Amino acid sequence: MADLHELYQEVVLEHSKAPRNYRQPGAVNYRAEGYNPLCGDRFTVFLDVEGDTIRDIGFQGSGCAISTASASMMTQSVKGKTKAEAARLFEQFHRLVTGQTSEDERELGKLAVFSGVSGFPMRVKCATLAWHTLETALEERQNVVSTE
Amino acid sequence: MTTLAHSPQISDSSVAPRNSICLKPDEVNSGGLDVDKIRHDFPILGRAVNGNRLVYLDNAATSQKPRAVIDVISRYYERQNANIHRGVHSLSALATEAHENARQSVRQFLNAGDVREIVFVRGATEAINLVAQSYGRTQVGAGDEVLITAMEHHSNIVPWQILCQEKQAHLKVVPINDRGELLLDEFEKLLGPRTKIVAITHVSNALGTINPVRRVIQMAHAINVPVLIDGAQAAPHFSVDVQALDCDFYAFSGHKVYGPTGIGVLYGKAALLEAMPPYQSGGDMIESVTFEKTTYNKLPFKFEAGTPHIDGAIGLHAALEYLNKLDMDKVAAYEYELLAYATEVVAAIPGVRLIGTAHEKAGVLSFVMEGVHPHDIGTILDQQGIAVRTGHHCAQPVMERFGIAATARASFAVYNTKEDVDALVKGIWKVREVFC
Repeated sequence: MADLHELYQEVVLEHSKAPRNYRQPGAVNYRAEGYNPLCGDRFTVFLDVEGDTIRDIGFQGSGCAISTASASMMTQSVKGKTKAEAARLFEQFHRLVTGQTSEDERELGKLAVFSGVSGFPMRVKCATLAWHTLETALEERQNVVSTE
Repeated sequence: MTTLAHSPQISDSSVAPRNSICLKPDEVNSGGLDVDKIRHDFPILGRAVNGNRLVYLDNAATSQKPRAVIDVISRYYERQNANIHRGVHSLSALATEAHENARQSVRQFLNAGDVREIVFVRGATEAINLVAQSYGRTQVGAGDEVLITAMEHHSNIVPWQILCQEKQAHLKVVPINDRGELLLDEFEKLLGPRTKIVAITHVSNALGTINPVRRVIQMAHAINVPVLIDGAQAAPHFSVDVQALDCDFYAFSGHKVYGPTGIGVLYGKAALLEAMPPYQSGGDMIESVTFEKTTYNKLPFKFEAGTPHIDGAIGLHAALEYLNKLDMDKVAAYEYELLAYATEVVAAIPGVRLIGTAHEKAGVLSFVMEGVHPHDIGTILDQQGIAVRTGHHCAQPVMERFGIAATARASFAVYNTKEDVDALVKGIWKVREVFC
């Protein structure tokens, strides 16, 4: 049986209650909106990208504890990274939350607290909403991404 | 103490309310129903979910099926299966008879006057689409108005929206108050010479509100406007009499009244159905076909193109028979008491706010929790074997009206018990434990 405490780890709950980088940075040159019509979660991710490097990142919106905490911790993880590094981190994160155990887990650092999501397949979309939004913002494909 | 003003077994609020029922918190009067026995009729209720007894409180989404329904479908495929209406062989006759008996059972269930008024469809959604496309496209023109309410399910919004876009007509929406009740005076104001049809839910799926549909129908009929009632959330909970209501169309889904998915009903007054063009075309709905001209079959077959959902109709028949045996009035009375009890004990949990507090409600308890997203409530309850719905319940305008993104919704059926409600309460406390 999947364990609730694996899903709602202290760090996750703490980030969901007090999300970091919950703001629009002063300079924004990339942004995208992420929306999950199933649960109504909606986030906007703002980026200040210089050359290839994410100089600053913030997000705003509302969602469940998992999606909010994931967005919050994502902003911490990718700040200062290159676009390619951020994309690689998302790949690893995606493997983590879908239960495809990654040997690179160490690179995920604090994001490893989301490993419990893999026991709750219905919540993978929550954990990845902000990441999909980030990916879309960086690719400038469109400005609204949906996880449904 | 929170109690509902009167029993939802009265199918319309214009009927004088009964006295308030005051419950002691530890009592749920089963009103003569043997709920233990009923629970045994539903095999799925015996299973565990996530290591816990299944507490199924997602009945507004779909109900579980009694053994009688499951068995009749197996028996149909083991003993009767054939295509209907056209065959001369014995099995075809058996299947046809079973299918048409099912139609008779629906007629009785709704107290319709004529079996020709019972059209089988896939569900309430398809029934509404049928009326919007067939009646709507012939009767609604540029500048006309379709009147709905602010508490409709998407399936009673979007078909009308599409129709209005196509015809350059206007979709008008009757507002609701903070308890989730229809504002009848606003309805009266919006009802006008350009109104071509009123489409309104009998019971709101997101709020549980029972609408005063009889009054709505009277008001609309006073200026010759027909009314469609979306009965998807009403038919499972109290008896419906389409003749007493005098509604023009009534839609419901089989799977919410303990029957199979994929079968539903459109009731329509014969005179209206006669005048309407077919919705879909093909086999079964025709009388004769040449390459020059096709004449259509008579009612209700005119609206039933293609081989129908035969086992669905037969399963629905078994479900309605099951409900008849229980007695819909007893079902309504019991569920009313259960909802009143649930309302009281859930509202008493700190940080919980009920969404939808109408005086007349059936089947649904929607709530939000301070600082906890409904999806997190849903996951934590699920871990305890408690199935509730979380989200916008396909009623996004309702969520917007209450300024929320989603709710958690517990919805009840005749097999739910006080123990189920107590498990829900315990589950919500567990949510608080995780989050607070």
